Amino acid sequence: MIALVDGNSFYVSCERVFDPRLEGRAVGVLSNNDGCVVARSHELKALGVAMGAPLHLLPPAVRRQAVMLSSNYALYGDMSRRVNQVLGEFSPDVEPYSIDESFVGFSGFPEGELEPRCRELRDTVGRWTGIPVGVGLAPTRTLAKLANRLAKREPAFEGVCRLDAEGEATRRVLEACPVDDLWGVARRSAERLALMGIENAWQLREADPRWVRSRFSVVMERMVWELRGRPAIVLDDMSEPRRRLLVSRSFGRLTGERHELEAAMRQHCARAGEKLRRQGSLAQAVQVFVRTNPFLAGEPQYRNAAVVALPAPSADSRELLAAASRALAAIYLEGYRYQKCGVMLLDLVDVERRQASLLETPEDDARRARSQRLMAALDRLNREMGRDTVRFGLPRRDNAWKLRCERRTPRYTTSWDELMRVKTGR
Amino acid sequence: MPSTRYCIYLQYLVGVAMKLSDSTRARVIGRAEPGTAVSSLPLMGCRVRAGFPSPADDHLEAEINLHEHVVKRPAATYFVRAEGDSMLGDGIHDGDLLVVDRSLEPLPGRVVVIALEGEPTVKRLARCGGEVWLVASNPRFAPIPLAGRECHVWGVVTHVLHALPGGER
Repeated sequence: MIALVDGNSFYVSCERVFDPRLEGRAVGVLSNNDGCVVARSHELKALGVAMGAPLHLLPPAVRRQAVMLSSNYALYGDMSRRVNQVLGEFSPDVEPYSIDESFVGFSGFPEGELEPRCRELRDTVGRWTGIPVGVGLAPTRTLAKLANRLAKREPAFEGVCRLDAEGEATRRVLEACPVDDLWGVARRSAERLALMGIENAWQLREADPRWVRSRFSVVMERMVWELRGRPAIVLDDMSEPRRRLLVSRSFGRLTGERHELEAAMRQHCARAGEKLRRQGSLAQAVQVFVRTNPFLAGEPQYRNAAVVALPAPSADSRELLAAASRALAAIYLEGYRYQKCGVMLLDLVDVERRQASLLETPEDDARRARSQRLMAALDRLNREMGRDTVRFGLPRRDNAWKLRCERRTPRYTTSWDELMRVKTGR
Repeated sequence: MPSTRYCIYLQYLVGVAMKLSDSTRARVIGRAEPGTAVSSLPLMGCRVRAGFPSPADDHLEAEINLHEHVVKRPAATYFVRAEGDSMLGDGIHDGDLLVVDRSLEPLPGRVVVIALEGEPTVKRLARCGGEVWLVASNPRFAPIPLAGRECHVWGVVTHVLHALPGGER
């Protein structure tokens, strides 16, 4: 069995931990340079504010009653790390999938104890970090994702929902789930499936896997197996490319060498940048994670992740790489043999919907146009002359790193000068 | 209510005693993961004595690390800054750094960070007459009954770091 654990309105929850007055209020978190809404509390959703809504277009009534904050990636990254640390107390097999989502593998644990264990996990994360999470427990990642959604949607589950491979309950859930709600099924595939009479997840599960493979792809066939309760997909296939991009790979052998990690990180960044530009998105922050092999008994264990925000939404590999290097430098420790290193691009926005900042100058425009031409040339070279024809070196350490964020809350957990203040008298 | 006040004060004294016994009972629950900036100091083989050093001291037995000593559960431990001087009796000065462990039970006698109507506050928890109160260590502040108040305990304060002259950052 595997569990998907994810934080409810994660960025907003992080803010609420350190400012209890935000509890119960409509709260939104804005993208870099305060352009548009990237996270909403459910009170803000109830006011009709859409994901990605530009700040300056929000109705005055909403702006009056809602608290809108600049994104505080230092805080979110640290809280994400803490949540994963707590998850690590419950299973050695923790795989961060995003800044606010992780898979926790429970193979080898007694079946009957898993649900209480997940409840304890949820309570512990809540107590130790203050972040409310939902837990979906199922035999496969695809089903775990569905169970997780139910856990959050239906209050009766109290945050933990188990979905087995067989049974009437599973059938009802799958029948109520349109195929394009499934993880990794693109809208176009969903339309084609619908033409063949497959509209919901149950119908897809009942389809003949060989037929699905011949008509669609091996990825879609794996989806059928996943829905039947047989694990078939690996984490990297499960990207939700409109929201985030993950590139990670295990090393062929364990390595403790810093330069090998840096080389892997450079490659991941280049790959992620290519994907990002191909789909016409910009990233707002970069997360890097590293870990040792948790299954090697007797090895010193270490896992960590860090998030660095980009100065402005960007698809320039050089900027992604500069951010990723800073993140890696912050978490790399000597004396461990690393098994895996990954790069995740966070909070993607469409190029066309990019919000021009009030502070932008014509020079910024020119620089952006030049960066676009450079990246286009780079992608063409690598496409036509073969992968890695043009690669990146490491960026200089001393490049300036300034973020404009007027409404950012203090970096409560990562800066001595910005710790939470508590009053002794009242 | 002088009798209640007296009772609370007694409770407070008991609390101080509990705090002392708590700190001596503290056990290491997990290994703290050192951050990048954590430094450690060598631990000498024996206590400092006047006179000639023991030749055994050439051998360093272990490394001590203040962060690991103070932070038992890294995932649940947060540093916060105290404001005001109504907890002076507990050794908490204005501007002191507090180590807060969210994984600990808020038992009576412990000093807690508690969100009182949305405001993070440091007080000692005390039980008196079946009710839970928040007490300051300065008798000028009346104890606050928790019953009927919107509040939730944020975490338990485990250590105070107070800088003396010359030690400020």
